[in-house]
Formats: sequence, C-alpha cells, structure tokens
Amino acid sequence: MPSAKGSATASARRADKAATVVLACIVGLICVALVAIIVGILVSGAGKLFDINFLTAKPEQFKEGGGIGPELFNSFYLLLLTLLISVPVSLGAAVFLAEYAPEGPVTTVVKTVIEALSSLPSIVVGLFGFLFFVLTLGWGFSIMSGALALTMFNIPILVRVIQQALEAVPRDQRDAGLALGLTRWETTLHILVPSAMPAIITGVILSAGRVFGEAAALIYTAGQSAPALDFLNLNLLSTSCPWNVWRPAETLAVHIWKINSEGVVPDLTAISNGTAAVLMVCILLFNVLARFAGRRLARRLTAE
Amino acid sequence: MSKPLEKRRLENVGLGITGACVALVVLLVATLVFMVASRGLSTFVLDGIPVGSFLGGTTWNPHQTDASGLPSVGALPMISGSFAVTLLSCLITLPFAIGSAIFVVEVAPGFGRRVFQPITELLVGIPSVVFGLVGLTVVVAWTRGWAGGTGYGILSSSIVLAFMILPTVTSLATDALAAVPDGYRDGSYGLGCTRWQTVCHVVLPSAAPGLMTAVVLGMTRAFGEALAVQMVIGNAAQMPESLVTPASTLTSVLTMGMGNEAMGTVYNDVLWSLALVLMAMSLVFILVIHLIGRRGAAKHA
Amino acid sequence: MHTHIIDRRSFVAAAGTAALVAACALAGCGQGGTSAATTGSQASGSVTAVGSTALQPLVEAAAEQYMGKNPSVQITVQGGGSGQGITQIAQGAVQIGDSDVFAESKLPNKSDASKLTDNKVAVVGMGPVANKDVAIDNLTMDQLKGIFTGTITNWSQVGGPNEAITVINRASGSGTRATFEDAVLAGTAVPDSFKPQEQDSSGTVAKMVASTPGAISYLAFSYFDDSQFKSLSVDGVKPTKDNVTTNQWKIWAYEHMYTSTSPDAATKAFVDYMLGSDVQGSLVEKNGYIPVSSMKVSRDASGNVTV
Repeated sequence: MPSAKGSATASARRADKAATVVLACIVGLICVALVAIIVGILVSGAGKLFDINFLTAKPEQFKEGGGIGPELFNSFYLLLLTLLISVPVSLGAAVFLAEYAPEGPVTTVVKTVIEALSSLPSIVVGLFGFLFFVLTLGWGFSIMSGALALTMFNIPILVRVIQQALEAVPRDQRDAGLALGLTRWETTLHILVPSAMPAIITGVILSAGRVFGEAAALIYTAGQSAPALDFLNLNLLSTSCPWNVWRPAETLAVHIWKINSEGVVPDLTAISNGTAAVLMVCILLFNVLARFAGRRLARRLTAE
Repeated sequence: MSKPLEKRRLENVGLGITGACVALVVLLVATLVFMVASRGLSTFVLDGIPVGSFLGGTTWNPHQTDASGLPSVGALPMISGSFAVTLLSCLITLPFAIGSAIFVVEVAPGFGRRVFQPITELLVGIPSVVFGLVGLTVVVAWTRGWAGGTGYGILSSSIVLAFMILPTVTSLATDALAAVPDGYRDGSYGLGCTRWQTVCHVVLPSAAPGLMTAVVLGMTRAFGEALAVQMVIGNAAQMPESLVTPASTLTSVLTMGMGNEAMGTVYNDVLWSLALVLMAMSLVFILVIHLIGRRGAAKHA
Repeated sequence: MHTHIIDRRSFVAAAGTAALVAACALAGCGQGGTSAATTGSQASGSVTAVGSTALQPLVEAAAEQYMGKNPSVQITVQGGGSGQGITQIAQGAVQIGDSDVFAESKLPNKSDASKLTDNKVAVVGMGPVANKDVAIDNLTMDQLKGIFTGTITNWSQVGGPNEAITVINRASGSGTRATFEDAVLAGTAVPDSFKPQEQDSSGTVAKMVASTPGAISYLAFSYFDDSQFKSLSVDGVKPTKDNVTTNQWKIWAYEHMYTSTSPDAATKAFVDYMLGSDVQGSLVEKNGYIPVSSMKVSRDASGNVTV
C-alpha cells in the first residue's frame, strides 16, 4: 500500500483518469437526454404556450380550437387545497416526530406507516380515494376527493422534508429556548419552526411540482370532466362556481390522459403537446420559485 | 403556582395538536389498508376462488370459466410482468444513477448543485402520461427496429421506467454518498490513493446501505407506475416469454379494467385483489429497506 | 422576535384553516342527491351523469347546450367507464348512468336491469382497421373471426403480403370489444392460448395501429383517419353510416343513458332533450355517432335484430 501522498502507481492514476472520463460521459449523456426531453416537450407545445385563447378558453368536445382554461385553474386550485390540508398536518406530524416522540414503539410504528404511505403506488391511492371518498362518503368525483387523495400522496414527502429541516436546526438554539424556561411547544413555535422555515418552504414548493403532474390518483377521484367555470358565480354549490369543492375537476395532467384516450377533436395532438408544455412551464416556475423563496427567506432570517 | 400549571397545559396542547396530526395520518393509512384489503379479499371469501389459483394461475380471463367452473383469474402473468419490468428498469438505471451520483459528489459538486440537480427535479414533475406518449412514439419504434417484435413489451416499458425512476434513484444515491464523512476520504487521500480508488474502496462501501435504499425506493416507484407502462407494454395477459413480446403488469391491467367492470362482479373483485397485491408488495419493499437500514447500522456500530 | 410572532400567527392560521376544511369534510357536506323541484313546466335541480368515456363528449356538449337554455338545471357529466356508470345508477348514487353496452351484460345480478330505464341516445358503428402496409381492403367475416381467435396469424393467409399479423384487442370489459365480439365471433370462444395485446383507449389503439407494421384492431367510426391507417370492408360491405342503419354492416351498438324507472323532473327533461331534434339532428352526427331515429332496424339486449 502506498504510504506517501502522490505515490499512487501509474496504473492507478490511469484508472482514475479513465473513471473520471467515464463518469463525465455518463453525466453528460443523462444531461443531454433530460434536456432533450424537456426541450422537446416545450418546443412541440411552443405554438400553444403563448396563445392566450388556448390558456383561457374552455375545451371543445369535437371542434378544434379548444382551450385548457378550466384545467389550468383546476390544477392550481386543487394544488392549493391539497397544500392547505397537507402542510399543517405534515407540520404537526413532523414536529411530533422530531420534538415530542420519544424513541419507542409509537415512533417506530408512525415512521413505518409514513414510509408505507410514501411507497404506495399512486394508482392504489387513487382507487382507495375512489372507494372511500367518492363512493363510501358519497362525495362523487370532486375537488375534495381529489385533494384528499393528493394529500395522502403529499404527506410522506412533506413530513420527511419538514422533519429534516427541524432536525437541521442547531442543538443550542433548542437548548437556549428550553433554558429560558420555554415549553417545548413554545420553543418549537417561536424558535424551531421559524428558523427551519426557508427549508420548509423550499420543500413545500418542490413537492407542489410533484403533485402538479399527478394523474393516476386523480382520474378516479377528481374525475375527468371540467365543467365550464363562471368566475362571477359565487354560489358555492353551483357546478360552474370555480370555488365549489364538490364539483368534478379535471387537471392538466388528467386532460392529457383523457384526450389521448378518447378524444375526438381534430387538433388533439396540438392540444396534448400544448398542455404538456404548459405543465412543464408551471413545474419550471415552481422550481425557480422554490430556490428564490428559500434563499430570500434565509437571507432575511440571518440578517435579523 | 399557576405559572407552572399554565406551562404544563401549553405543553399538553402542543402534544395534543401534533399527536392529532400523527393520529390522522395513521388513521388514513389504516383505512386505506382496511378498505383495499376488504375489497381485495372478497375474491377469495365471497367468490370462493382459491388463493393459490389466483397467485399461481397463468390464465387470466375473468369473463370465462375454467374446467372447475370458476372464472380464470390467474394473476401470475401480471405479477411476473411487474417484477420483470421493475428489475430490468433498475438494472438500466443503476449505472447511470450511481455514476452520476459519484460525479456530482466527488468530482464536480458545484455543477451538481447548480445544473444537474435542478434538471432532475424537473424530470420528477413530468406527468407519466407524457412519458407514455414519448414511449409510444419513440421508444417502441426504436425497440422494434433494434430488437424486433412489435416493439411493445418488457424492454420498452423498462426503458421508459428507467427514465422515470432515474431522478429518484440519483438524488437518493447522491444523498447517500454525500453522507459519507469527509474524514474517510481524507484518510484515503492521505494514504496516497487516487480519487477512483477512494471511491471504490472507501466511499461506495460505506455508502452501501444508503445506495441499496435508493435502489429499492426506485424499484417501488417502478413497480407502482401505471399510466406510462400501460401505453407501452402491450397488455397481453400471458407469461412473459421474451423481452420484446407483449406482456402485462398489475398496474396496466388494473388501469384498463377498473372503469369497465361494475362493482360486485367477480372481475371487479379480482381487480381489487390485484390492487391488494400491489399494496402488499410496496409494504414488502419498505420492509426490505428497514432490513437494509438495520444491517447498515449494525455494521457501523 | 417580531418575525417570530408573525410566523406563529400564520402557522396557527394555517392550522385553523385546515381544521375548518377537515371539519367541513368530516361533516360530509358533500353534494347531495337531486334536489329537483318541478315548478310548472320548468324543471330545475341538479343531474349527475357518470360512465362511458366514449359517450362523455356528446353528453357534455349536450349538457352545455341544455344548461344554456335552462339555467335552473345543473348537469354534471363525468367519465369513469361504463362499468362505473352502471354500478352507480344501480346503486342510485347518480341520476344517469352512461354505458356503451346493455346493463344486463354488466350487472352482477341480471334482473336488476329491470329497475332501470334504458334510453338509447345514439348508435355507434365500429369497424376493423389495419396498418397501411397491409395491402388488402376487404376481409370476410370468417377471416376476421380467424384473426381474432388466433387461427389466422399471417396476412398471406387472407391474400395479403407475407407478414405476421399483430392483433391489438380492446380491454376485455370495454363496450367496443363486447360489440365487436358479439358481431364477429358470434359465440365462438377465444382459446386461452391466444393472448393478443390489449388496449383500453381508442386514441392509443389508433396510434398503435398507425405505427405498428401488420397491426389490426377495431375502432368506432369517429376515430377513423385515412391518413394514419386504413379501415377494412367486411364481406364487401363498406363501414359507412348508411350501411349501419340497414344492419348490412353488422358491427354496431347503442349508446345508453340509464335512468331509474321513475326519474325526477330535471333528469327526465334532460334525457328528453338528448332524444330530441336539438341533439339528435346535429350534435350526434358531429360527434361521429348515428341518430337512433335514422335506424331502420332495432336490436335488443340479447342481440335479436328486428326490422
């Protein structure tokens, strides 16, 4: 075995160089493939991407020229509702796991349950949602059913992100709080959660990107139809009221699935590509936003 | 005297709120397991189909009855199809994922953080339908030209799946490598080892449990993916004969059939049994990860 | 310290909102059944139609038109598949169940079909389609049967090029497959050893037939696209709407909208609208369907055709 720096044999150094080259090739190949997919999606839908009519009009059933207005709104509304439900629950669960739970059988069970939830195929979650929310509870294909199915999907991701963020807060901050005579609850609320906030926000937005493209869990819960929306309608029980959570709501990803399955519109390919490109841009925005928001918040907190 | 009591109350409120969140999650999962299981088991309990002929049978034709007068509901073709695409897609992804993880952690961390990671994160958000469409138009044609057959089958599905699980496996593998303490590397470099020697003999072995977890989580993803696979595998409920003949997976048969069959029919019950198998398998995957974790911890201790 | 307080407030607010949403959800303020009330001749209330994804575009378009004229009726149209449509109408969970096939063939208990009213809103014609490289335009019914039961495996056996036949079947519960097998196989059982590819959605089948050499499948007329693949004649009869109306073209089916035997006023009004000239005259044909009124024959659930 070589004992001094720089004494690696010539062959070892050659192997090292070769390995670096091979690794670089692998990474290069992946980057090219990934960029090709992303650019391909954006380019094939570019024509529709800046078409205001496409972005706002309602879809046509059998004529060309339909848009994705309701789908676009539904995607964001569903995401918002999902986050409204899943963020507080995940925050609570993560705080419990990170701060309260003693190492013991309860924690082990909870951790295993959350891991199990994260490993469940989205189609199983979707079918459960169909069985439980849609049929048993009688909510029908609705935004609420969809949001809860997505919540189940989102909770394990969020709990892990938030837990990691809380655990990354330095030990002495926690001790300082407790030493001041604060309860663990107060320490969590006033010290831990605020200082973990940048990481939490980044995690939440990144998880939003994942939820945004989900289709399998939504086909059987939020449904495959998008009633035309009337933004002046504030009757929360009306199907055309955008904010009604009991109406069926097709999202962008489900729309791509539906028109490719049974669609008969003549400009199907263009609409499908355009929708995919819009989705891609949204996810791109989420990523940029996540980085930006995380960095801004971190700067404000450290400046204070 | 009231101050400490107040504090005690506050602590209980906190425990109550967070505990309720945890209880809610556990309750939801329990409901899910219970409901899927109760529907999935009715094939065996209500319809009287033996578990063995479901798990071991090779003929899938629930609308027709076999010699014994029971519907032919052999799920083995789908179960083996699911395992085949899962394993193959992991084999395809693995060198790329681990290779790029090594590159990103050991060779060019800045590039990893600024360029590579954001790109892979974007990939996660692409809907599986879009992957399916790309697979249908590009991958299937490519497989047909290169390997013969109709192009639909395990090979095409595995290639599409390999792309889909690449971000998951890569980012987890990157985390696993990054978690190896720098002291280990310094020790190796101090001994005069090259970077490649350090990676092979020090970093990879000590990150092994983490890497295994990454692979198993990737497999979980591949096993449960539905829409994209359904579009490229061909959905022929026969035992997989080769990589380029049409086959089927649990998810593909489930997606195709669920909307068509009315509740309460044997066909519908059997579809729920497939969902039950899917659920059981994902629990097994989690169990495997736990075992890996425990063995990893034991080795380090 | 200032930001900390704000953060706590927003945390508490978020938690409160969630609790509210959860409470609302648990209270089960879901969409109730129909709250139909008849005032004079004007129907009002809400109607939910669930089922066949193939029929969904037509019903959605019709519902849109209808609601434009009768704002007091709310119609929600959803997919889910024919099986779901039949399940939910049989359970009384919705007002209309859309289906591509007769309810008798879906219900676990056949006699339950008598508790439903069958409204045939359109006729759909289907025909075999093949990849463009297949140099034949006509098949006999027997040849078609041979191909879809696995006894004919090469196009040369039916006078075409020496090329293997790739059969793309439809999902086994789909209405299109049931119709096709009723007309073509006529009771001949498919051997278990013959396992062709299956695909559920018409759009994907069209893409597969267009891109797979030697492929054959079948589609509803509305998906025919001569620039992508070719449609085949059977026994010299061309797959046209006119041939369907006379039953010369045998592969066709009704699209059904099932209601309960005593539907509420809003449901009845909408179904009547579906069967009226506003829908039958224009929308049905624009969607590629054939109006029921133009049919010169009729067919019952067991397949008997009467003129």
